[in-house]
Amino acid sequence: MKSHVIKLIRRFAATALLVPAMALASGAGKLDKAPVSTDQAALQNGAKLFINYCLNCHGASALRYNQLQKIGLTEEAIRENLLFTGEKTGDMMQISMTRDDAEAWFGTVPPDLSVIARAKASEAGSGADYLYTYLRGFYQDPNRPTGWNNKVFDNVGMPHALWDLQGTQTARKVKATDAHGKETVGIELIAPAKPGRYSTEEYDKAVADLVSFMVWMGEPVAEKRKQIGIYVLIYLAGFYLLAHALGKNYWKDIH
Amino acid sequence: MAANSNYEKYRSDGSLLGGLLEWVDARFPATSLWKAHLSEYYAPKNFNFWYFFGSIALLVLVIQVVTGIFLVMNYKPDASLNEAGLPVAFASVEYIMREVNGGWIIRYLHSTGASAFFIVIYLHMFRGMLYGSYRKPRELVWVFGTLVFLCLMAEAFMGYLLPWGQMSYWGAQVIVNLFSAIPVIGPDASLVIRGDFVVSDATLNRFFSFHVIAVPLALIGLVVAHILALHEVGSNNPDGVEIKKLKNEKGVPLDGIPFHPYYTIGHDLPAIIIFLFCFCAVVFFFPEGGGYFLEYNNFLPADPMKTPEHIAPVWYFTPFYSMLRAMVWNFFGIDAQFWGVVAMGAGVVILAFLPWLDRSPVKSIRYRGPIFKTLLTIFVIGFLILGYLGTKAPGHKIFDKDWLNGDLIAQIFTVYYFLFFLTMPFWSKIDKCKPVPERVTFK
Repeated sequence: MKSHVIKLIRRFAATALLVPAMALASGAGKLDKAPVSTDQAALQNGAKLFINYCLNCHGASALRYNQLQKIGLTEEAIRENLLFTGEKTGDMMQISMTRDDAEAWFGTVPPDLSVIARAKASEAGSGADYLYTYLRGFYQDPNRPTGWNNKVFDNVGMPHALWDLQGTQTARKVKATDAHGKETVGIELIAPAKPGRYSTEEYDKAVADLVSFMVWMGEPVAEKRKQIGIYVLIYLAGFYLLAHALGKNYWKDIH
Repeated sequence: MAANSNYEKYRSDGSLLGGLLEWVDARFPATSLWKAHLSEYYAPKNFNFWYFFGSIALLVLVIQVVTGIFLVMNYKPDASLNEAGLPVAFASVEYIMREVNGGWIIRYLHSTGASAFFIVIYLHMFRGMLYGSYRKPRELVWVFGTLVFLCLMAEAFMGYLLPWGQMSYWGAQVIVNLFSAIPVIGPDASLVIRGDFVVSDATLNRFFSFHVIAVPLALIGLVVAHILALHEVGSNNPDGVEIKKLKNEKGVPLDGIPFHPYYTIGHDLPAIIIFLFCFCAVVFFFPEGGGYFLEYNNFLPADPMKTPEHIAPVWYFTPFYSMLRAMVWNFFGIDAQFWGVVAMGAGVVILAFLPWLDRSPVKSIRYRGPIFKTLLTIFVIGFLILGYLGTKAPGHKIFDKDWLNGDLIAQIFTVYYFLFFLTMPFWSKIDKCKPVPERVTFK
């Protein structure tokens, strides 16, 4: 029995190495450039959207609610407007859906989104570009169990969480050429016949805010890091001038 | 009798500090060590740009050790899932980035330090090749150096598993699996390395142990040996001239100057600041290094059920990874994968034999002939191309030609890499060298 298990594991390990799984399929087609903002109003709007629409199925377990003070929200405002199920402001942004339920409902466990904006960067574009294109790329597909498919993530398990804002987009298959000049099938999105609560421009702006927030969330210290960096480089430049002069002084008696 | 009784001990000038030093010196070779390795270690006065990287490598080692100590305080080598469903090890890295005071700076210094270490070491090794620093009597300096390089590779490889991201996991999975290609002992060897049948918590724990204790101990020991051997024979220089041949009446080489303060402060300190400037520019403005220093995929937690489409090691391993992939022939009926492992290992080990492969009458490139200059140039270009191709998926095309794809180019330069070394005894001897001056050139 035990050797059977070992054999199975071995076989699994071997196939896992040989067959690139489709699970992480991504980056099909071009990505739209995300208009990432560090503006506090945009980040706050993004945080609101994130907590209302994403945080039901996805966690952001590296982030505490009270960290949102760094994008200009008061602790009071966080408690009043963003906490719905009795969390404390010092709590991590976690969800109550269990992994087993997620597996049963979506066929996969929705990933934690704490650093997703950093993870989704690739040669095709930044992580923000990916998210911006992805969140605007859902279309109706009756062949999918959720009724939704996505332009940049084919056969995605996630339904379109923002559909009431965007409305129902559809798509048609078109002929396209890939990077090597070969013909492939591309997806062309068709704007919703009946718009959602937002117009196309409003929706794009909302997604941009959401993505900006996710970029901030991926590394809340990023702006501070750059500020400190400037001082560090100025200090080193000054130190260099001194050290260089000192060195020259030492070396003047070497002939 | 004490071994060090034959040097002049410090005599106090009557001050408190002077008295203290006299007391110490009577019991410990403080003055003699200081003199032997710094103030009376005579280095050639004609060091140039290429001679910065030894000191800088030492600095990076210190950065890695110090930041590493602080990272270990908060990092948890644990592959089990936390209540949010993330591996504890992965989550602990983000904990360091967000919740630990100054944690992000420590972590970025450490992650950038890893890449910086290899940049510096590659330049340091290249200096040795330029000026023949491995030639007699510095063979052991070089051999210790290649062992340091080997340790560094092990250290970096094991350290890369610790964040427990997708690239950590699958990179380790691929590389450890390679060992199973070794005939007879292979499967058991890879089992011992992993401590399990797949990369798992057991692997994470033993890699953590090796990364923070075993390998650093060996590394530091070898660095000490490297420096002791160097100070025994004295430094080479861009002219490849032995400065110890010509000494003044006090026994000081005519072209030598005290390492301290001329090199420590006068020469290396400004260079170190320039290095730190570039280093901090990365740490504070591009900590991901364009996806080369911190790979994007590694921000996804390790998932044994999801194999990434493209698994590539970190950039500093890619030249050797290309050599591994270049071997596609089943020589002697043994699987090509085994020969790949052999090529990768031999690619590193062959460096250690350089002192005995080089038969040139001169050391420095300044007096070497056209054969060496040409072959070395191609060698460098080939090594860089191997590195570039190693970051790409197999079949990657540089030119728009089907017959000349990346795989073939990698094979050509892999063969060239080994031929460069193996044929060196012949071409280095017949190369047309220039006469070497009696003393170093110094303007």
